[in-house]
Amino acid sequence: MNILVALRMVPDVVEELEVAPDKKWLDLEFVRMVLSESDDHALEEALLIKERQGGKVTVLALDAPELDDALFAALAKGADRAMKITGAEKGVMTREAAHILARVISNEPGLLPADLILSGTQAYDDLDGLVAPLLADELGLPFLGIVTNLQADLSVGKARAVKEYPGGVRGEFEVALPAVFGIQAAEKPPRYVPVAKVRAVMKSQKIESVPAPAMEEVGLSMIQVLEMMKPQVSGHAVMLEGPPQQVSNGLCGILAERGLL
Amino acid sequence: MGGVGLAEELNTSSACTEITFENLLQHPKGREILTCIQCGLCAGTCPHGDVMAYPPRRIIGMLRAGLLEQVFKSDSLLACVACYACMAKCPRNIQLTEVLLPLVKEQVFLRLPELPAELHKALENTLRYGNPTAESPRKRAAWAKTAGVPIRILAEDPRPVDVLWFVECQNSYHPRGQDISRATARLFHALGVDFAILGNEEKCAGECARLLGETGLFDTLMDYNMAVFSKYQFKRIVTSGAHAYDAFKYQYPDGFKYTLEHATPFLSKHMDSLKPRLTRKLEYGVTYHDSCCLGRHNGFYEEPRMLLRAIPGVKLLEMPHNRINAICCGGGGGGMWLDTYYKSKGYERLSERRVKEAVSTGADVIATSCPYEITRFEDALKVLGFDKKMVVKDVTELLSEAMEG
Amino acid sequence: MAAEFWVVVEHWRNQVSEITYEALALGREVADQLGVPLRAVLLGHNVKEMAQSLGKADSLIYVDHPLLSEVVPETDAEALVQLVKERKPRGVIVPLTNVSLGVGTLLAARLRLPVANFCKDLKVVDGKVHAKSVLYGGKMESMVTADAEPAIFGLWPGARKAESGRIDQSPPVEEVAVSLREPPIRLQRYIEPEAGDVDISQQEVLVAVGRGIQGRENLELAETLAKDLGGAVCGSRPVIDQGWMPLSRQVGKSGLTVKPKLYLAMGISGAPEHTEGMKDSALIVAVNTDPHAPIFNIAHYGIVADVLEVLPALNEAIASKKGVDRHAA
Repeated sequence: MNILVALRMVPDVVEELEVAPDKKWLDLEFVRMVLSESDDHALEEALLIKERQGGKVTVLALDAPELDDALFAALAKGADRAMKITGAEKGVMTREAAHILARVISNEPGLLPADLILSGTQAYDDLDGLVAPLLADELGLPFLGIVTNLQADLSVGKARAVKEYPGGVRGEFEVALPAVFGIQAAEKPPRYVPVAKVRAVMKSQKIESVPAPAMEEVGLSMIQVLEMMKPQVSGHAVMLEGPPQQVSNGLCGILAERGLL
Repeated sequence: MGGVGLAEELNTSSACTEITFENLLQHPKGREILTCIQCGLCAGTCPHGDVMAYPPRRIIGMLRAGLLEQVFKSDSLLACVACYACMAKCPRNIQLTEVLLPLVKEQVFLRLPELPAELHKALENTLRYGNPTAESPRKRAAWAKTAGVPIRILAEDPRPVDVLWFVECQNSYHPRGQDISRATARLFHALGVDFAILGNEEKCAGECARLLGETGLFDTLMDYNMAVFSKYQFKRIVTSGAHAYDAFKYQYPDGFKYTLEHATPFLSKHMDSLKPRLTRKLEYGVTYHDSCCLGRHNGFYEEPRMLLRAIPGVKLLEMPHNRINAICCGGGGGGMWLDTYYKSKGYERLSERRVKEAVSTGADVIATSCPYEITRFEDALKVLGFDKKMVVKDVTELLSEAMEG
Repeated sequence: MAAEFWVVVEHWRNQVSEITYEALALGREVADQLGVPLRAVLLGHNVKEMAQSLGKADSLIYVDHPLLSEVVPETDAEALVQLVKERKPRGVIVPLTNVSLGVGTLLAARLRLPVANFCKDLKVVDGKVHAKSVLYGGKMESMVTADAEPAIFGLWPGARKAESGRIDQSPPVEEVAVSLREPPIRLQRYIEPEAGDVDISQQEVLVAVGRGIQGRENLELAETLAKDLGGAVCGSRPVIDQGWMPLSRQVGKSGLTVKPKLYLAMGISGAPEHTEGMKDSALIVAVNTDPHAPIFNIAHYGIVADVLEVLPALNEAIASKKGVDRHAA
């Protein structure tokens, strides 16, 4: 079983996000990057499948600040191979990033043929496209997103994928392999990896560096950002202040007034 | 002055951190472990003894029988809150909490199939943000803006300073911890202490990580902190964090050559200039909770009591389990983030047990000197319904309250 | 190039989704501003009667095919590819929901067209469509334009009120045929959520817990509150993912949409995926430690505090107001 997991680093929203002076994007000076949450789930799902059925898990990502930490953590968690794609233009958006990933997947030895190609279903900066369907389209593979459970049976070349629908309803799909899946949530929350293991992996394993292919076409994104800004809130909550006891009494009063208490 | 702490009694040094299972028998402190007489005092005194499948006695028994792997596969040691109670009672003076337990807990940690969610997040956050809550490192010194007294931040003003005040995570980010920091700043200022803080450059000292078994995280934090300390010139480090104190004193390598003090004994040394300033009468019955690190481990029993007695109007009431016998609040060794896990296993909350004892003294205030205790005891008071009867205040908060103007 | 503007109709399990009407309301405005007709595009099998409520559009392009009876992203995308290639509208609004996710991106990829995701608003400036897209879980917005037409707009719920897009009138229907192949993906069956549990969409009061609740253990605090207020507990996705509550209690994009009289959001940040499921609640009170949590933008009352401190205090306050002695043995 050959599993590829495409990862992306996204701005960490724990830090206060500010707009850059030119007002077109984030001020990247204080932005920290973190692995996109559903990509973390995609990795976890890949590792769970590997633990159940054996196989090889390769993670790949475009170079970004703090990516190395994420790749070493992936290796420490049980991924077999980590690949960093260097030299892509800075500030590349999802559409171009997916194209670069697809080209590398197609051209780097040992990646294809893959049975499963996983990515997070969606990242919160996927302004100009979603990675999983873009990969699927470029690689000519089937695609299914919002997957929360994946079981692959190589003997019949099919996977059973569960997709989430509204209202807690789920849909069970049969998908011919190989295929691309956008993972919403792994069957279990992403595992913890002891720092000592990551540090050991930093000494014993390498992250492979692969140069990004020259872009034979420019302007893949076709989306122009005119302006980025903090949300103008049409309304804001009336804030209740004070220690827990005080705000609780205040809130009780409000609820009583409205006949809710 | 005051009592002798276990660390001094047993001659604890950072060499403890160099002992591994492999070199155990080559190291005198390691060989000591095998002098265990299986008396069971450790198990009897452990606050979680009723639920601990492997108290030190059993661990050593399993070590002798070559069955340690069984211990490593059990999650029972997550119940160890690193309170030093077992070490205090051991008639062989084996450094249980300092040497044996961290070694075992590290192996347990590496084998846990899944970490309790709260702990998982706390550790990830500490690695990433330098504090266990997912708070921005850039907000670590935000509390200083409302301290009411000037607070120097070394990154902005790197001139040499007398005291590098290591504030610590809980005291920087948690609202109650911030109260302690503001009180401490006020006291330092009134006493004319020349101090500065690291501000946003400060990161967790890593003590809990180490005692929980996450030695990799501890190593990462230690490397970072040692590098930051080497950037500045100061005569001593004074920390408000009892756990940070222990980290620097016993876990950081011998390269940590700085003079180190904890804020409470530090303040007690300034009694002559402090006492005249404590002019507001506080008519409180106060029971002092000895924190495990400051008290049992380091012997600072009398300093906090001296400070409390210096406050006019304060009447000190002792709990039955005081000084070396104090009952842990349950926050050490990772316990701070294992509440939901312990509850799911049906353990009684240690903080609730302790609060019941505090209430029985008839005091109005539980005085503390470790930031974990404040939130744990306040929570316990609420849960038990005693929050109208008793409040929790740090020693520095009481001092600051008694200091008018 | 056909001067028209399209909205793809989303329907699921024989019902037109709310977001379709929101999209029609928005699409109507854009089409009027562009001075072009608005066409709704309905892909399905034997669903022609859905046209009855789609009258906001000037006409309906209806594609009937057995392979379109359930949404399979690549099949729906393929149908749209053929339509768009043929007619080249100025733009196409495709809903971004669990049902339709992926359709817009596949359509854009296959025809090398631009796609702007997470749209919360569209407007026309100097004859060009400008989209407002929400990024970083609601912490930033960006105004974007597309370099080419047709442009695909991935629309998020809440852009307009559904009532303004719904009308009891069928537009003229144009049936169009497309050629589709059997996809390598097939829906086998739906798995319903656990039966016998509370239907949170019928509750008048909901106490919603998010990550701030920290552990399964603390749920009883929320349950006490819900009980005293005559309601039920529900949760945001992280809480359900952890297994602390069944799927039937999930509010948001992958869960239920609720409109109770009182929605107490405890330790929920307010990311769009959650708020879309509860934004129409009559009274929203939010508790969160982050003063900038997006939930405060839609809440009526807000408290910046730790949920684990407010819940006990609130339970206590309610108990004393109601004269309940919780500590009675």
